[in-house]
Amino acid sequence: MKMRYLRNTVSLSIDRESCIGCEMCIAVCPHDVFLMEAKKVTIIDRDACMECGACARNCPVDAIRVESGTGGVIPVLEEMMKKGKAD
Amino acid sequence: MTSAAGLPWVQRVKETPVGEVPIVRTRLELRDRLQNFLVRLGINRERYAVPPGLYGIGDPDADSPVLVTSNYKLTLDALRKELAAVTCWLLVLDTHGINVWCAAGKRTFSTTEIVGRLEATRLEALVRHRTLVLPQLGASGVAAHLVHKTTGFRVVYGPVRARDIPAFFHNKMKKDRDMRTVRFPLRDRLVLIPLELVLALLVLVAGFLLVAAADWILHGILDFGTAFRDFVPFLGAVLAGCVLVPVLLPLIPVRSFALKGLIVGILLAALIEWAYSPSLVDGIATTVLILSTSSLFALFFTGSTTFTSVSGVRREVRIAFPVLIPLLVASILVGLISKLVALHHIS
Repeated sequence: MKMRYLRNTVSLSIDRESCIGCEMCIAVCPHDVFLMEAKKVTIIDRDACMECGACARNCPVDAIRVESGTGGVIPVLEEMMKKGKAD
Repeated sequence: MTSAAGLPWVQRVKETPVGEVPIVRTRLELRDRLQNFLVRLGINRERYAVPPGLYGIGDPDADSPVLVTSNYKLTLDALRKELAAVTCWLLVLDTHGINVWCAAGKRTFSTTEIVGRLEATRLEALVRHRTLVLPQLGASGVAAHLVHKTTGFRVVYGPVRARDIPAFFHNKMKKDRDMRTVRFPLRDRLVLIPLELVLALLVLVAGFLLVAAADWILHGILDFGTAFRDFVPFLGAVLAGCVLVPVLLPLIPVRSFALKGLIVGILLAALIEWAYSPSLVDGIATTVLILSTSSLFALFFTGSTTFTSVSGVRREVRIAFPVLIPLLVASILVGLISKLVALHHIS
């Protein structure tokens, strides 16, 4: 069974204009979020994205944007405390 | 490389143009299995590393493929036990004893580390080809095109799971959908539970001592039987969050982990109310304690899953923490006060 986290929360986006169709994002995505459509990649399962950032890091033309990080309570609390200190 | 030669899981040492390379065994021994079992309980987990560098499997030569991995012993064991039929080189990166996926997230399994390790091992003098096979889950720390530009080595991302490697090579290094997809089956969830419990142990001990101390103060005698009875709702709530939620994960029909914990908590609270039939105030306090505790512990399990995004966890923490923490504290206080009042009525 494919598990998905919260609806419409993920920060993933693609610039279809710059996509060269190398399919690297498809090869590295652990949750089958992308699909080739007319020689360019498209997002077909956004809610399945866990924001690991593998696609963005391996895109040779920098066409993918995702705010990646570790999806756990402790890293999120640490990050919030750091932000709180900075303010 | 001589430091690795004496390790029990190294079979022999092979002379190569770049020096001696340890050849590792592909069968785990009792010692490996025992140590791996203890690591799952959190014992020696922080120091379970192997020396980084070059290793071999079988009798590799200049045309054998190169597989890149992390220097966590649990990872190396998971890899080598699947490679009995695969002759290859292993390039073990220094990820400070962390597994591939987490190390990629922490950027120790990285482009920089690969470039440095290639230089240190002089791999280019050992193999004729220019291809590195990386575990797919290393991709969040590595930019394949930058490795290629810097070193001349082409990066191919292999399957997610080590057990698919033989099929991957057999299939001319092509992956199907199954090989590149991460799932989170019951078996994978179960191995995580012992560590969740070990981490929760401190909270459980603190909770029990608090209950025992409260009973002692209220009744004037230290009775562990009564204390344990009063402790059961909290113990149950922790187990609901740490065990039941991971086990039932895909079956609980909501996506939010805080809500998953809440649903399991409601079932547990109903059971406890039925078994204990407490007074109204005590019953409400116990229910709120169970719901907030199981919800919090369920939320903490997001850190161990394979599919929760940081944006999602941020959203849950922002919504759930300001509600759950005050409720938890209030339920403990009300529970104590209701006991005090009940005692006052009796005397």
